[in-house]
Amino acid sequence: MIVAAGPVIPNFGTGSSCEVNNGWFCTDWVRQHWSDTLQPALIQHIELTVIAVSIGFVIAFALALAGFRYRLLDPPIGFVSDFLYTIPSLALFQILLPITGISVTTVEIALVSYTLLILYRNMIEGLRAVPAEIVDVARGSGFTRIQTFTRVELPLALPTILAGLRIATVSTVSIATVASFVVAKGLGAPIFTALGQDVFKTEIFMAGGMVVALALVADGLLVLLQRALTPWVRFGRSA
Amino acid sequence: MNTFVDAFRFIGDNPHLLLVKTAEHLELSGAALGIGLLLSLPIGLWLGHLHRGLFLAASVSNVGRALPSLVLIAFGITVFGIGFWNNTVALVVLAVPPILTNAYFAVDAVDRDVVDAARGMGMTELGVLMRIELPLALPLVFAGIRISAIFVIATATIAAIAGGGGLGAIIVNRASYGDAGVLAASLCVSALAFLAAMLLSLVKKAASPRQTPVP
Repeated sequence: MIVAAGPVIPNFGTGSSCEVNNGWFCTDWVRQHWSDTLQPALIQHIELTVIAVSIGFVIAFALALAGFRYRLLDPPIGFVSDFLYTIPSLALFQILLPITGISVTTVEIALVSYTLLILYRNMIEGLRAVPAEIVDVARGSGFTRIQTFTRVELPLALPTILAGLRIATVSTVSIATVASFVVAKGLGAPIFTALGQDVFKTEIFMAGGMVVALALVADGLLVLLQRALTPWVRFGRSA
Repeated sequence: MNTFVDAFRFIGDNPHLLLVKTAEHLELSGAALGIGLLLSLPIGLWLGHLHRGLFLAASVSNVGRALPSLVLIAFGITVFGIGFWNNTVALVVLAVPPILTNAYFAVDAVDRDVVDAARGMGMTELGVLMRIELPLALPLVFAGIRISAIFVIATATIAAIAGGGGLGAIIVNRASYGDAGVLAASLCVSALAFLAAMLLSLVKKAASPRQTPVP
């Protein structure tokens, strides 16, 4: 069920005529409620995303190491992460509720599980695409297995890994709005509040627009990271 | 953990309710996926054939990923109100990007020599697309349809807040169906999404050209 979200905002009655009539977009409402509603929701949304993507990255990396080293492990890992990816977000939150309760943990477990498929697939594909000759040359010139991995295979796989990170981050920003079905956190929460208050348009447009803007800004920042870490890759084509 | 036992008991006690809701869910998802296919597949294939519109194909997929389903449905409620149009439009908007982008990149990546050979044999442009490029691109095209289907089934669940019906209507109505009902519906919709994905994986595998050894 919908959990009451955030402070109850007196959207109607005391507001401007635009707010009382539920106009398409009331800038005065946004000004009034930026600091008590929108800004906290934005910060929570960023937190939810950063935590989920970081944990997802670490888990996916460990899985990718295992799947890359032992090829037999790749099909089962791929299957499980694909299975998790197919579960509808709203359903996964509900399935986790009896286990982890109404908590941020429930939200994060679900968000992390959605990042795994994309991150894992890109890591494995990036690592596998490294030409065998290059690895042979590295081993032949005296690199240990670990040195070959960290200095040759990993850097060459980096563009693909970062492309996966971009997709995973943008998807997580998007799915984190659904988290407000469980806890009143993130930019989904004001959207819920607004839906409950006679569909208050301004709040829906503003919070919704902020989610999309956050996704695009996050994507842009990761493109900059991509350019800084892999300056040898030519850009122009979208990854 | 008892909730899980109760959920399975709920499934046993209410098979009819769950079947009806599953049918509703399939209807809404199927309609959206069908409209999405009709809109995006011809455009994606044709642009890929022309090797034009890279920017369009890439940005459609980027924007599509950034559009949260809840936001789309909430926007839809403000514009169309609650009901059929809101949900169908929101689901179609989400269904289009993966299909369009995959169709574009799949056809775009077909070996140009093969295409030139077909042209040299006197095939029309449409013939080249339908008989050479499409069969070779089919696995990737189905991969796009599969992602779309996963998105649409997941979002159709959320569409329940806008009167979309389906299994989501049980999930968002804990007051009527209780913890067990909500969990039962969640398990059903997960199974539905998984089966749809598996089915499309099989279709994709069947569409993949067999590797015949070169003599």
